[in-house]
This record gives sequence, C-alpha cells and structure tokens, in this order.
Amino acid sequence: MTSDTKRPRALWPYAIGLAALALMSMLIGKYPVAPTDLLHATLGWIWGASPTDATVNTVIWSVRFPRILAALGIGASLAAAGATFQGLFRNPLVSPDILGVSSGASLGAVLGIFLSLPVIVIQAASFVGGLLAVGAVYAIGSAIRHRDPVLTLVLAGVAVGAVVGAGISLIKILADPYDQLPAITYWLLGSLTSVTRGDIFSILPALAIGLVPLFLFRWRINLMTLGDEEAKTLGIDTRRLRLILIASATLITAASVSISGVIGWVGLVIPHIARMLVGPDFRRLLPTSMVLGAAFLLIVDILARSIAQIEVPLGILTAALGAPFFIWLLASGRRGWQ
Amino acid sequence: MKLTATNLSFGYGHGLIGEAVDITINGGVTCLLGPNGAGKTTLFKTMLGLLTPSHGTVTLDEKPLTNWRREDLARAVAYVPQAHAVLFPFTVRDVVLMGRAARVPAFAAPSRSDIAIADACLDRLGLSHLADRPYTEISGGERQIALIARALAQEPSILIMDEPTASLDYGNQLRVLSHVRTLASQGISVVLSTHNPEHALLCADRVALFHERRIIAIGAPGDVLTAAAIKQLYGVDVVIGRLPGSAAATIAPVPFDKEIHNGP
Repeated sequence: MTSDTKRPRALWPYAIGLAALALMSMLIGKYPVAPTDLLHATLGWIWGASPTDATVNTVIWSVRFPRILAALGIGASLAAAGATFQGLFRNPLVSPDILGVSSGASLGAVLGIFLSLPVIVIQAASFVGGLLAVGAVYAIGSAIRHRDPVLTLVLAGVAVGAVVGAGISLIKILADPYDQLPAITYWLLGSLTSVTRGDIFSILPALAIGLVPLFLFRWRINLMTLGDEEAKTLGIDTRRLRLILIASATLITAASVSISGVIGWVGLVIPHIARMLVGPDFRRLLPTSMVLGAAFLLIVDILARSIAQIEVPLGILTAALGAPFFIWLLASGRRGWQ
Repeated sequence: MKLTATNLSFGYGHGLIGEAVDITINGGVTCLLGPNGAGKTTLFKTMLGLLTPSHGTVTLDEKPLTNWRREDLARAVAYVPQAHAVLFPFTVRDVVLMGRAARVPAFAAPSRSDIAIADACLDRLGLSHLADRPYTEISGGERQIALIARALAQEPSILIMDEPTASLDYGNQLRVLSHVRTLASQGISVVLSTHNPEHALLCADRVALFHERRIIAIGAPGDVLTAAAIKQLYGVDVVIGRLPGSAAATIAPVPFDKEIHNGP
C-alpha cells in the first residue's frame, strides 16, 4: 500500500474528463448543434466576427453556455458544502441542508413568488432566507451552553427547519393554484432552465468568498472530524473554525440554491463517492468532490433537457439517481466511513 | 512546565463531581487512581480547559488556562483520550499528523518535517509498520498506542492520559505502561488515570487517590497504596506484597469467601 500523505493522487484526469463532458453537453438538446457549429461560434466569439447562424449562436451562448456553467458551479458548490458539513458534523448522512439553508432559501423564494416580485428579487430573497435560517440556527446553538455544540446545532437545525417548513406550507395553501403554485412547486424541485449569464455573475462573488476558506483550512477540517473536545486539545479554536466553515458552506449553498432552486442529493452522495476514490483527507476530498459534483449535475441536467418532451426538474432526477446509488453504497459495504 | 489545580471544584451543570482538589503536575509520572465513574475523566477535562471549573483555578506556568490560546496550550499539554473509533478511515500516519496541528500554520498543511516527526513518533512506539493502514482497521490496543504517538507529535511537556490501559489486553496494558515510564525518563510529565492499583504500582512516581469527590491521599506509591486505602476505594480486602523477581509490589485479593459475599 502506498502512502497517502506523501503521494497525493493527481486530479487532472478527472478535470480533463469534466471538460470533455462540458464540451459535449454543448451539443446536446432540443435544438441540434453540430460540432462544426460550436467551432464556428467559438471562433466567431474570439475574433468578434458576425455569426453565420444567429439561432445557433443564441442557443450556444445565451442558453446552453450559462446553463452548463451553472450546472458545473452549482454541482461543485453543493458537493463542497456537503463534504464540509459531513466532516464538521462527523456524520456521513449529512447534506448541505442540515442547518436549514435550503429550507430558508425556499421560504425566501416562495415568499417572493407569492408576492409576484421580479426574478432578481426572488433570487435575493432566497439567498437572504438561506443565510437567515442558518444564522438563526447558529444563534440558538451558541445560546445553549453546557451541551455538545455539534449536537445542539443539528437539533436547532431540525427545529428551525420545521418552523420554516410550516411557513412554506402556509404560503403554498394561500398561493394562486393556477399561476403561483406551479411556479413554487417547480422552484422547490430545482431547475437550470432559465439561468442567465447575469445570474451566474451575480452569485460568483458569494461562491468565491465561500470556497476560499474551505481551501485555506483544507487540512484543519480533518481535525474537526475528531469531535469538539479532541480537536481543542490538539490546538484548534473549534468555535471559530466551525463558524468560518458553517458560514462558508452556507454562503455557497445559499448562492447556488438562489438561482437553481432546491437540488437535493448532490451534497449527500457526491462526497461519499469522492471519499471512496481518494479517502477522507479533506485536502483531496474537497477538490475531488467538487469535480465529481460538477460532472454529476452536468449529466443530470443533460438528462433533464433531453429525456422527455418537457424539462424534468433536477430534484426529481437527482433523487431518482442518487437514492438508489446511495442504497447500493450502504449494501455493498464500499463505504468511506465506519 | 507546571500544571496546577488550586482548590478546584468541577462537574457538569449543577452537580459537583469533585471538590477542593489541589494537585500540581511538574515532572515524573502521576497516577490518578479511583473507581469507575469516580470523575477522573471530568477532572482531566477540567485541567485541560475543556470544562469550566465551578470553583478554583487551573494554571499552566502560573497563568490561568483561560488566558492561554488553544494553540499554545496544545504545544505544552497533550491529551490521550481513551481509544475510540474514528468515523472516517484516515491512515494511522494521518491521525498522528493531526498532533502537529498546533505547530502547523493556520492555512498550511503539514510539511515534510512534520511528516518526519509523525513517523519518528510512530517509530518510538514501535508502530511504524501500521503507518499506512486505516486507523479504523487496527486493533484497540494499536489505536491506543497510535493516540499516544499523536500526543507525542505535539511535542508536549505534559501528557495527560485517560485510562490508557482500559480495554487493552494484558500484554498491551504492560506495553503502554512501559511506554509511560520511557516518556517520563525523556522529561515529559505524565498524568494517567486508572482503576487498577497494580498499574499505579508499576509505573507511578506518585499516586493520587480520588474518592468521593476528593483527592484523599497523594504521595509515593508505597506510602499511599496500602491495603486500607484499597479497602476504602473499592471496598475489597487485599494483601500487598512483592513476588520474587517482580519489578513492583503485587496486589492480591484475599480469598473470596471472606469478602465478596458479605459485600463492602
């Protein structure tokens, strides 16, 4: 057996595979785009030449390109957040929703749809809702002393999630069943159909701010998996590190969910696969999870826009693919945890 | 370095587990002896600053623990918890490397020299052959020794070990105690808890008896560990004597029919 610490395995084969997949997905969809079209459009964009076919150009640059970027970015973000939370909460069954970020974001978006607000405001409301929900959970968790801080956070998350869920249900009942309710339902299942380049630019700062600390503390996160007291005796200021990690993972999740709606299972299943491939060391687990998460959501999004006459919501597909896979993981014993 | 508890009362919430504890750790091997559930672990956690004392203070080099940064504290005092399961299958080397956290810059990963130190610690404890094995797949005894290696990687002056021999088989118990002696001879002050008085006789320079929330005696093993003291702690009658060729005195129960059936 080789030493994991001394010889980190290379990530570039995954990255190349991902790039090829992204390129290929530019060609897949309702409107036929040939590889030569893609080549022409790209060359045209580089040299600023007028496009040969305006429709093809629009499909490539305004529809598929932002959509693929969003799938890559959101898949990577959800997987990164999931890997972080699984380490932080010492539980492989944890997903980025553990502290209520998705339910908070949902309440914000659902409220926005109910009040018929503009799309950009709905997205902002969703983002703020996600941050507020986790903020409330963290505040409650910190106020309760003399208990295991990690367990307290999880339980506070359950309680806040229930209250937020009640709010969402209330709005669904009050919403217009012909116009608003379908929009709400669709949002709660996640979709990249209407993502624009503007949306992607609007969440980039949040993704960057959230991902940087995860990379900076990539080794120290390993120590958090030992539990609060043990990490403290090894010299970690666990309160501060936990706050930083929760804030970072929440930021990237809330930003992602704000433009895509709720996409489940990515943040739960992908870190497992990554752990099976490269082991639990967060230095390799984080980048591997991100590449796999990006690839997974890209594939799911290709399916979403090509398997049926209508667009299939992503949440339906991620659950339909993710859950059986997860059961297989449990049954096969190929688990990266005890 | 000197770790001192002064008039220390401690416990969880309202219930006191220990009170008026005075103890100073400054060299040698100190063995904290007490029955199961007496509060030895709670005392250690309080002395590590993991629990806030109800009363009294803990100081390291005369400075209260609350004024120490976690990182600086971890460079001085290392803790060996009871061998436990780690959730994710880190290699043994990765687990030992975690002991370097207080000496690795915040945003960095362990350097080559950190890895060399971790490997040297494994080597000192005769665990090198397990370095690349998942920590989750080695035996309980091996885990306990790996945790000692991790504590050594902290390069501490003081080592606090919580029942390091609990749940180990006979051979591993003696092996761990012999490591304890070696570490003390290398200048590390060791404090360990045990509920087995023979272990105190085997490795301690000093024994503290923890009974009914207080330290009732502290001193050289030969002075403190009397048959009367063991009767008080555990409610059983024993004889203490030395076998020809043994390193330390041995404790043997008196014949069962005289004692156990009557109860303490």
